[in-house]
Amino acid sequence: MKLITPTRSVVALAGVALTSVVLAGCGTTQGGGGETAAPAEELGDFEGSVSLLNWPGYAEDGSNDPNVDWVTPFEEETGCEVTSKSYGTSDEAFNLMRTGGYDVVVASGDASLRLVAADLVAPVNTDLLENYDGIYDFLKMQSWNSVDGVAYGIPHGYGANLLMYNTEQVTPAPTSWDVVFDAAAPYSGKVTAYDSPIYIADAAVYLMTHQPELGIENPYALDEEQLAAAVELLKAQRQHIGEYWSDYLKEIQAFETGDTVVGTTWQVMANSLEGTAPVEVVLPDEGATGWSDTWMIASAAEHPNCAYAWLDYIASPEANAAATEYFGEAPSNQAACEFRSEGSCEAYHAGDEEYASQIWYWSTPIAECLDGRTDVECTDYGAWTTAWQEIKG
Amino acid sequence: MATRTTDAADTPRSRNSAARRGSVLLSRHPRLRLSLLLSAPLVWLGLVYIVALIALLITAFWTVDSFTGEISQDWTLDNIITVVTGALYQTVTVRTVGVAVLVTIIDIAIALPIAFYMAKVASPRMQRLLVVAVLLPLWASYLVKAYAWRSVLSQEGILQWLLEPFGLSTPGYGLSAVVITLAYLWLPYVILPIYAGLERVPDSLLEASADLGGKTWPTLRLVVLPIIWPAIIAGSIFAFALSLGDYITVNIVGGASQMLGNLVYTNVGTANNLPLAAAIALIPIVIIFGYLAVVRRTGALNNL
Repeated sequence: MKLITPTRSVVALAGVALTSVVLAGCGTTQGGGGETAAPAEELGDFEGSVSLLNWPGYAEDGSNDPNVDWVTPFEEETGCEVTSKSYGTSDEAFNLMRTGGYDVVVASGDASLRLVAADLVAPVNTDLLENYDGIYDFLKMQSWNSVDGVAYGIPHGYGANLLMYNTEQVTPAPTSWDVVFDAAAPYSGKVTAYDSPIYIADAAVYLMTHQPELGIENPYALDEEQLAAAVELLKAQRQHIGEYWSDYLKEIQAFETGDTVVGTTWQVMANSLEGTAPVEVVLPDEGATGWSDTWMIASAAEHPNCAYAWLDYIASPEANAAATEYFGEAPSNQAACEFRSEGSCEAYHAGDEEYASQIWYWSTPIAECLDGRTDVECTDYGAWTTAWQEIKG
Repeated sequence: MATRTTDAADTPRSRNSAARRGSVLLSRHPRLRLSLLLSAPLVWLGLVYIVALIALLITAFWTVDSFTGEISQDWTLDNIITVVTGALYQTVTVRTVGVAVLVTIIDIAIALPIAFYMAKVASPRMQRLLVVAVLLPLWASYLVKAYAWRSVLSQEGILQWLLEPFGLSTPGYGLSAVVITLAYLWLPYVILPIYAGLERVPDSLLEASADLGGKTWPTLRLVVLPIIWPAIIAGSIFAFALSLGDYITVNIVGGASQMLGNLVYTNVGTANNLPLAAAIALIPIVIIFGYLAVVRRTGALNNL
């Protein structure tokens, strides 16, 4: 498994912008204020170039590692010369899109609907994308990549925020998140948690199972009372936390040295720890939070035809396999696994619909409850940020 | 005659050339000369540095639209009030100042004997070597040093290995790790001004003190200390101010704790709330200005 730039950490911050959004699985949709422009009807000639705005590691042209290059084949095939810029946070991506000049952007669940709401991205006519058919159905037309039944892009990779534990020190093997919450005491000082306000959703997922009387339907739609319960849970957890992580290399090291023995993780970290630390990952019974990214086209794209060509290309089995494996996530194309190295798709549970259904994909909480409740006002991301800082103290 | 005519025709022309008139003007007006010389650096300092900083801090009085992330320029004291009255900010401020004070004290305690040895005891050759040794860590990246401390302080690090035979253990990641790492990082900035101050203490004064029967400690306390006091304060300003604003070390070895810098960082990077971040950034600025105002009278600022 190839290790990457510290990027997931960054995607992580993704959980983090401010937006309108909804939830995985429940399928309800809320448009921002975005007006639906008509998607392209047919493709014209390639314009000769295309500019991308992407997470680091999503558009490699061999300049970082000569062996990692899926951009050059695209350029040779289409004649569209690629210029790409990587960003560090969803906020940064949003601001860069506002300044214009990009044809294509890849956005995580929190940024995507915000881009739609601000009219910065255009609807995508998926009929023009040959590889759209090959995408897993459970990733299509979800609340974070479509609005009112109109597709706004093509799904890229996805993954879950899992529970990782040291098999020697955490026994018996946990099947529940309680080892980082109510049953964290035995590992006090060696528990880790993801350092972002969006981690409050992880606590909410736990509360959905363990305190059903709170009535949480969606971990991204918390009213005042539900947020308070999650905050209380996290404040209790705080005393057991050794450190919070946002840089995944830091967490890898902490698991290697034994400074951390249990906490949230991504599959990619477990892979890179293989052989150096006795760790296992598990998707606990309560389910987990996760991410699913989308390639979108700018509404003001100067090179729309090359942009369509890129979306189609990056979703092709070969390119999708290369990009998602390099980054460390499950591919969105069903045929991609044929092109990934042995076992890497299994490690990420690619295409496992039941597994995927247990993931609550990152969405940014907004005042209008994402679970459809209208009798209360939900807490927005600003409130989550404040709460998160108070939790850390 | 002919030559003379040429001269007469030439001289007034060259006297009136722009360059010549300019230099005449400048040589007659020293103030103008000075202001032209200083204008470029002053524009840099004034506009690019200070005005930009003030412009940034003004955002503390604005608000941010939580949906679009755009700053709306409505004047409000909300952010300031939040920062001054919020329990979170008070706790973190106290913690940050506590860490900064501890780091400063530790650094001065370590720097004093080292600087004294460098300035007064070591041979000139040794002195040069020691100066290089003190400067050497500054050539390595801040991040490299902080991450090095991360592995030193970890459960399987060298510190644990050293302490285990004595029944002790590494402090692990947390505030004590932050204090240790920051004290290490800022030590050269404290040693150098104190060393410079000690260099300026004439040996004859020490000899005179000895001749008059002064023992080592009274000499240090009554002769040396008053002379190098401003230098110590100068060193303390570095250690204190740098600790006050740090957030990277806290991120790397701070475990679950956070300092003011981290609050600024999350509000800019994560929450996209520049106004609140600017309001928080005012806290260390106010503290350091207060400190500078207190120490101004010692003359320490001349030693920076």
